[in-house]
Amino acid sequence: MAEVYDEFDDLEMAEDDETEEGKYLTFNLDTEAYGLEITYVTEIIGIQKITEVPELPEYVKGIMSLRGQIIPVVDVRLRFGKPARSYDERTCVIVVEIADITVGLIVDGVTEVVAIPAEEIVPHPDLDESDSRQFVKGIGKVGTSVKLILDCHKLLTDDEGENPDREIGY
Amino acid sequence: MAEQYINDPMQEVFIFETSQQLEQMEQSVIKTEALGRYPSDTINEIFRIMHTIKSSAAMMLINNMSVLAHTTEDMFYFIREEKPQYIDVSTLSDLVFEGIDFMKQELEKIKNGAEADGNPEILIEKIKAHLVLLKENNNLTDSKVVNNEPVKEKYYISSNKTAKISVPKTYQVMLRFVENCGMENIRAFTVVHNLKEITENFKCIPEDVINDPDCVEIIKRDGFVLEIKTPESRDKLEAFFHTMAFIEEIEITELNEFQEIREEISNLVSDEAIIVPQLKKMAAEQPPTKETPISNGGYGQSMISVSVEKLDKLMNLVGEMVISEAMVTQNPDLKGLVLDNFNKSARQLRKITNELQDMVMSIRMVPLGPTFFKMNRIVRDISKKLGKDITLNIMGEETEVDKNIIEQIGDPLMHIVRNSADHGIEVAETRISQGKPRAGTITLEAKNAGGEVLIIIRDDGKGLSREGILKKAFENGLVGEEAATMTDTEVFNLIFLPGFSTKEAVTEFSGRGVGMDVVAKNIESVGGTILVESVEGRGTTITLKIPLTLAIIEGMNIRVGETCYTLPIMAIKESFIPKAQAVFRDTDDNEMIMIRGQCYPILRLKDRYKVKKGATQIDEGILIMLEGENKTTCLFADELLGEQQVVVKTLPKYIQRMKKIEGLAGCTLLGDGNISLILDVNGLVDQKRLNN
Repeated sequence: MAEVYDEFDDLEMAEDDETEEGKYLTFNLDTEAYGLEITYVTEIIGIQKITEVPELPEYVKGIMSLRGQIIPVVDVRLRFGKPARSYDERTCVIVVEIADITVGLIVDGVTEVVAIPAEEIVPHPDLDESDSRQFVKGIGKVGTSVKLILDCHKLLTDDEGENPDREIGY
Repeated sequence: MAEQYINDPMQEVFIFETSQQLEQMEQSVIKTEALGRYPSDTINEIFRIMHTIKSSAAMMLINNMSVLAHTTEDMFYFIREEKPQYIDVSTLSDLVFEGIDFMKQELEKIKNGAEADGNPEILIEKIKAHLVLLKENNNLTDSKVVNNEPVKEKYYISSNKTAKISVPKTYQVMLRFVENCGMENIRAFTVVHNLKEITENFKCIPEDVINDPDCVEIIKRDGFVLEIKTPESRDKLEAFFHTMAFIEEIEITELNEFQEIREEISNLVSDEAIIVPQLKKMAAEQPPTKETPISNGGYGQSMISVSVEKLDKLMNLVGEMVISEAMVTQNPDLKGLVLDNFNKSARQLRKITNELQDMVMSIRMVPLGPTFFKMNRIVRDISKKLGKDITLNIMGEETEVDKNIIEQIGDPLMHIVRNSADHGIEVAETRISQGKPRAGTITLEAKNAGGEVLIIIRDDGKGLSREGILKKAFENGLVGEEAATMTDTEVFNLIFLPGFSTKEAVTEFSGRGVGMDVVAKNIESVGGTILVESVEGRGTTITLKIPLTLAIIEGMNIRVGETCYTLPIMAIKESFIPKAQAVFRDTDDNEMIMIRGQCYPILRLKDRYKVKKGATQIDEGILIMLEGENKTTCLFADELLGEQQVVVKTLPKYIQRMKKIEGLAGCTLLGDGNISLILDVNGLVDQKRLNN
């Protein structure tokens, strides 16, 4: 696991020197690749022991300690309504911080940091309102592959609306 | 001077010092008002404070404050020198309070980066008019007025020393400022500025204190030396220098051209003998209400003020250190090794870290005194306005509470005291007709009770009316038919519901009906509770139960499934392994247990929080009897892990915003780096009742 940390540290270090504009951290979830604006990402860590917190929606796995700071962890798979998958050594927690709120996002694995110029991002076609699509604000093209660009703000703040339904189900 | 005006640290010092002094003055005036006369030490104190504010405000180019302070100073100068027989204490205090309020307002403006633009003219005119009135009322030719001092003199001489009018002498005065007081040149300038009022005939070294950048260093090293030619006596000079802030040491030497140096030395020695007791006297005079003595004369360096933010950070760091210490000393890599020396050092380390933690906690504790003393003013204002006679008794003001908590309870306390004074205490006629003493009494008391602090606000007013409250609550739709069966406590608790107010008329001080629910919310937010007791016609007692500190609790760690929970030790009555046959269920499937003839409900944390693993058979786990506020419950857990002091952390904002989880007070980091959830016993116990 130590090597994984180092790898990520290097990854971050390299990015610090350059501008963060238009850079995306890409990660895998199931078969899709997603992109997250790098400005929001504070660090990437391996999966750690998570303490369950009762009475929360299923996708909030609980809380964990990040060097003394206690942060909530969200399983992005469950958040997007995908089937759960057991965690392995590829599983990562992406720590993002927006407007003083720090959250750890559990993803299947982190791939790379890519620059996607604004003209390479096309808006979401707005086909349906299903749960998992509302967080995608655009689709970026990197070579031949596509990355679903996530709306980080929405991911962290847009809980109120569906919260009550989830609770009943819980 | 313009540069200094924009100089931030200096402005900060000015605001800090001035507000401290105003606070001190406010307290003294309140005390005098109760006495009904102005004792000479209070007059001197006000005079001294006004004088200091006058000069420092002038230095900061805040003219309105300076002028106002000057006018007030003039008035007290008159009172002090002429000792008028007749003083209208109440009107005088009103004027002083108005002045204090004005200055506080201006300070607030400056603090917020605005100009101090208030116009003191009206107030100044009032003060001047009062001074004229004072002069008229006290015929100054009255032979009783004993005045040993020439009127021209501005500085206080203790009355047993008569001023000798003599030929001008030359003194060399060496002043040393308090070490690290900062801005020595400005301090020196203030001295020079003030000195000009008694004599124009002096030289100082260094000469140009304002523009010479090196002079701060010179003053620090060699002191600030003045050569003064004046007819005043040495005692008088010394007294004068004592009125200045930040002076630690005063050496006055009489310079006589014909005198030999040897004599000067002997003079110096004898001078020191005088200085010491005088300094001590000054120290003794200092009122105990002062928290941060930076603003005091030469004896305050044993304290510094630090921003709470830094303390919070320090506490977090210490908390993390405690955890890392455990991670190192209980490292799994060390398992099975015989490490005698290592263990010895580790024990030492643990001892030190524990001490460090205790120390950091204690830094944050501050006495309730200043918060309590603020109530004096509120009670005074209300009693004056409404023509009621109210005495405020303060007890236990030395009780210490965490700084954060003090900040939180200031407003609620003010609300309650206001309510008591405004609605509780009756007017004098009503009181007398009911056989009560003419003056109403409000008692403010603080005391320690276990891990909590009790703040009791007691008044001997008319008390709460059960009927009145019920009627009002009924009108507002807060209660229904059940009203008749409610206990008094339940009825009284209605006043904490939002939108409840028994007072028909809205007064200036209270009665908008938003009060008490805000009070309740504030107290709850710091983990406290409110109790109301009242006897109609006899008075009301409101008790606030406040935790000593938010930051740390003595906890018992328990395990349920794979999750660790922490219970506050205070709530645990006992724990025991139950026998399966002692447990039974009622028709609603409520589980309960009979212990020593008493029946207690059983709360299974596993079911309550839907924990996946964990014991289900009652004899596989342990029951912990928890005493809530109104109810005692037995909590079923897998096992006890042990007792530990834990640093309370709030749940992350993300989760707080999502949902308020009943029964969870926060979380904490354990020694092994794991997280434990801290249970809120009242929340747990009450929730159980609601569910049922």
